[in-house]
Amino acid sequence: MPPEPTPEEISTQQSYLSLGLSDSEYQLVCELLGRKPNLTETGIYGVMWSEHCSYKTSKMQLSRFPTEGPNVLQGPGEGAGVVDLGDGWAVVFKVESHNHPSAIEPYQGAATGVGGILRDIYSMGARPVAFLNSLRFGPLSDKKDPGSPNIKRNQYLFGGVVAGIAGYGNCIGVPTVAGEVGFDACYSGNPLVNAMCVGVIRHEDLQHGRAEGIGNPVIYVGAATGRDGIHGATFASEELNEESEAKRPSVQVGDPFMGKLVLEACLELFRSGAVISVQDMGAAGLTCSSTEMAEKGGNGMELDLDLVPQRALEMSPYEIMLSESQERMLLVAKAGREEEVFEICRKWEVPACTIGRVIPETVLRLKHRGALAAELPLDRLLGSCPLYQRDAVPSEKQLSRQKKNAVTWDVPDDIGALFKEMIVQPELASKRWVYRQYDSMVRTCTSVGPGSDAAVIRIEGTNKALAMSIDGNSRYVELDPQTGGRIAVAEAARNVTCSGGQPLALTNGLNFGNPEKPEIFWQLREAVTGICEACQSLELPVTGGNVSLYNETEGEAVYPTPLIGVVGLVEHPEHETTQHWKQAGDVILLLGETEEELGASALQQFMTGSIFGMPPALDLEKEKNLQEAVLEAIRQNLIASAHDLSQGGLVMALLTSCKGELGVHVDWESGIRDDLALFSESQSRILLSTVPQNLLMLEKLMQSRKIPCERVGVVMPGRFDIALNGKFLIQEELPELQQLWENALENIMNSENQGFSGEKQAA
Amino acid sequence: MKGIITVVLKQDILDPQGRAVMNSLQGLGYDEVQGVRIGKSIEIELNGISPDEADARLRKMCESILVNPVIEDYHLEIIED
Amino acid sequence: MRCAVIVFPGSNCDSDLYKAVNSFEGVDAEYVWYTTENLDAFDLILLPGGFAYGDYLRAGALAARTPVLKALIRAAERGVRVIGICNGFQVLTECGLLPGALQRNSGLHFICDTPLIEVVQDQSSFTSRYQQGELIRLPIAHGEGNYICDELTLRHLQAENRIVFRYASGSNPNGSVDKIAGILNSKGNVLGMMPHPERAMADWMGSSDGRRLFESALNLFPETADAA
Repeated sequence: MPPEPTPEEISTQQSYLSLGLSDSEYQLVCELLGRKPNLTETGIYGVMWSEHCSYKTSKMQLSRFPTEGPNVLQGPGEGAGVVDLGDGWAVVFKVESHNHPSAIEPYQGAATGVGGILRDIYSMGARPVAFLNSLRFGPLSDKKDPGSPNIKRNQYLFGGVVAGIAGYGNCIGVPTVAGEVGFDACYSGNPLVNAMCVGVIRHEDLQHGRAEGIGNPVIYVGAATGRDGIHGATFASEELNEESEAKRPSVQVGDPFMGKLVLEACLELFRSGAVISVQDMGAAGLTCSSTEMAEKGGNGMELDLDLVPQRALEMSPYEIMLSESQERMLLVAKAGREEEVFEICRKWEVPACTIGRVIPETVLRLKHRGALAAELPLDRLLGSCPLYQRDAVPSEKQLSRQKKNAVTWDVPDDIGALFKEMIVQPELASKRWVYRQYDSMVRTCTSVGPGSDAAVIRIEGTNKALAMSIDGNSRYVELDPQTGGRIAVAEAARNVTCSGGQPLALTNGLNFGNPEKPEIFWQLREAVTGICEACQSLELPVTGGNVSLYNETEGEAVYPTPLIGVVGLVEHPEHETTQHWKQAGDVILLLGETEEELGASALQQFMTGSIFGMPPALDLEKEKNLQEAVLEAIRQNLIASAHDLSQGGLVMALLTSCKGELGVHVDWESGIRDDLALFSESQSRILLSTVPQNLLMLEKLMQSRKIPCERVGVVMPGRFDIALNGKFLIQEELPELQQLWENALENIMNSENQGFSGEKQAA
Repeated sequence: MKGIITVVLKQDILDPQGRAVMNSLQGLGYDEVQGVRIGKSIEIELNGISPDEADARLRKMCESILVNPVIEDYHLEIIED
Repeated sequence: MRCAVIVFPGSNCDSDLYKAVNSFEGVDAEYVWYTTENLDAFDLILLPGGFAYGDYLRAGALAARTPVLKALIRAAERGVRVIGICNGFQVLTECGLLPGALQRNSGLHFICDTPLIEVVQDQSSFTSRYQQGELIRLPIAHGEGNYICDELTLRHLQAENRIVFRYASGSNPNGSVDKIAGILNSKGNVLGMMPHPERAMADWMGSSDGRRLFESALNLFPETADAA
């Protein structure tokens, strides 16, 4: 083992900087301890005080979220949020980002992101039942420079991330049921990979990660510890640059096979009653899990690092504590029942051993080769991280861009041709190429899988189902973070509503640039304000989430990208609704008002290559009223299909409602310019279809709620015909249009270079 | 002693992965590439037997589990310490 | 009827199969861990889908060399019915009960979809409740379902009417020889198939066409099968 720098050398050589502590933070550590920390201790502080673990920049913003509600059983603070579903059932869910690792090694970065969020869910005691994900990449094509290395790299990242999510999720046996993918130049080099997991649990089985009971053994379960992923949490809190490539060892490698065994072993351990608490060794590995469990239990923990299973030789205490090797859990068992724990682990062929115990002194004490390697008072480690309130100032560009008129182009000559060009853009194209790689059906509880507004998962042994969606249009947030934040919440909830679910609560993944820049912190603050407003209005508590900052490449930030995952309760299987037409002759209704709102729209991006003006406005009262009305209509069995209008407006919603041979004949009246009417992204609009005999009742219901409700057309086999004010703008054979739309992404990705992304795919 | 087993797909079996990699290589300008076959290499540490015994034992391992004779061929190399 | 659902480390469709067969009255399914050496008590043995041993080395290779497979081979020799689904099919080819091998999909990607499947023959113990030529919907979800065998084997399979399921009309999602989706052993008591009948048990799942496979295998409606 190479000699470690002494505490004195760490101070004089400022080694703490490379371990993630600033000058002032290091000084504070020295004051808190009354001495200079050694290398292991400095490393522990560096990682626990990183943004990823401490939320030091975002905490004051996050504390503004409404977190309480009648159904909330567990808000933020534990591994994941927990919400009551009635009859003793509850849902556990959370989103987490793995952006930085995925930018370096897309397959493993994404795979380990999925594994990490999975462990967060089952460490609460829940059986994971579904994965969702939200992904952002740079453009996949460039007309001017199709062979550019950036484009190739984006394709490689996209292919690798999708394969990684598939590789882990498919193997572990949890269906990947919903998600979204976006493409924009701002994500070139800094893709976003946010994975969400949903679990189901009986109230009485709910676990808390508290290390209780002095003298109880601390048991290490799962894969051995290697040098992989050391300082991943601090890595995730830095900007990416050319040096990031050199930090490649930071990326961990997932083993879904071992992950599956650890999952089954842990769920059986909970049932045995021999275990008090379990926590994932995720970000910051053994450090974070041991200190958090001890602190929550009001106790301390002593670990003998020589007992930690190691697969690399000569590992130092620093490396053992900071390793982010995957598929590892830390648990506290009841003293005297260790053998039961080991017996269950043996059955699942998962290595397990005791590595320490719970102690009364509220410290983390580490022993290594007979000597004391570190001793840190927990209150001076966890609660003492300085919180930062950064300056928040919108940029000049931000303000001047908002003042621009959103429409700068003339009416296109051939809107039908324009439409066909737009639906093959990766942004609007069908994501079938992506979700066909995910097993969306394993566990046989999936009632509505990918390709509808929200997925629906049935809860076995009950009449209940869960509707779930993850959503966020970052272009809206880029133009106006507050409105964009509101829309993200409203749209995710609207998706759940359209599927027949009552939205219950949300988790959020906040992906932003460097918060030390005033314009970025302003985006964060404003977006949080918007999310809070929508949460209050729609009565949706926030039960957890994740913050990923420093999403920048060479100084350029990604668009502010808050992603909202909403889970809702479908009270009866009959309420399950999809966005797809059900039978020819059904009448199509458009709810809500269509305004000339094109700022940040798909049409604006396509016509001008950029975004400007203001995003669509969102009236939260109207939104709430609309969602309540649609849910009521679903519960009264008046609706055949329901589909939220979002990117690409009405015409995109019409296309994505078609399935099989069922197309549309639309004849709509609008006072707005043709192209703007079809592609407007006005909020609070939903497309319904209904059998003719329910039409009057449905219209009456909407009238009583004062919701604008127009008959726009009928479901017609084989055609996609759209007329506006009596004039046909689009007239197409449906199968051809569908093929164009469904195969667009596949055509781009299969062009020539799929070999490398596929190469690493576990089958 | 170490046995190195190289497992490849049989010549007449289509290797879509190899084909995709070949296309990529050609796309990158390596026009001389005429074929790519992708296989795997398995390294096995052995102790306490002679090289001749090792050869026989390794072939048995290949036939009993390491290689699927329906689609795969293998090549064996023994490296003595 | 007693029904074994074999479980390997890494199996993940075991509970789906268990639910599927237990949904029939009079059927008693149980999980059987891969270390079991005796399967004498069972009338039907099911090898589930998933990633036994993480698909490491080759899909199905490690599972095919476990103790329970020795017992399964003995049971199959006695004429006990065996169904291997997806990863289970891979295990059956790896252990030699079924000919050929399952390679990586020709498109290189994992595919999850619900294609149309053609019932090629309705004379087998597993398809008596279907009709020859019938098109049914069964989900697939695999990365290595590309069935391959030599010419001679293929001719045998065809001549002996051992191809039970094919991907229907123009589609061949994984590039299989002769669009093969499921085959029998020569005795007709061992079926390997890539599609998942246990995922097609009710309309809300998207299809209920898988029910009749289990009904056939479990002899649940012999009289109606004859009538058909």
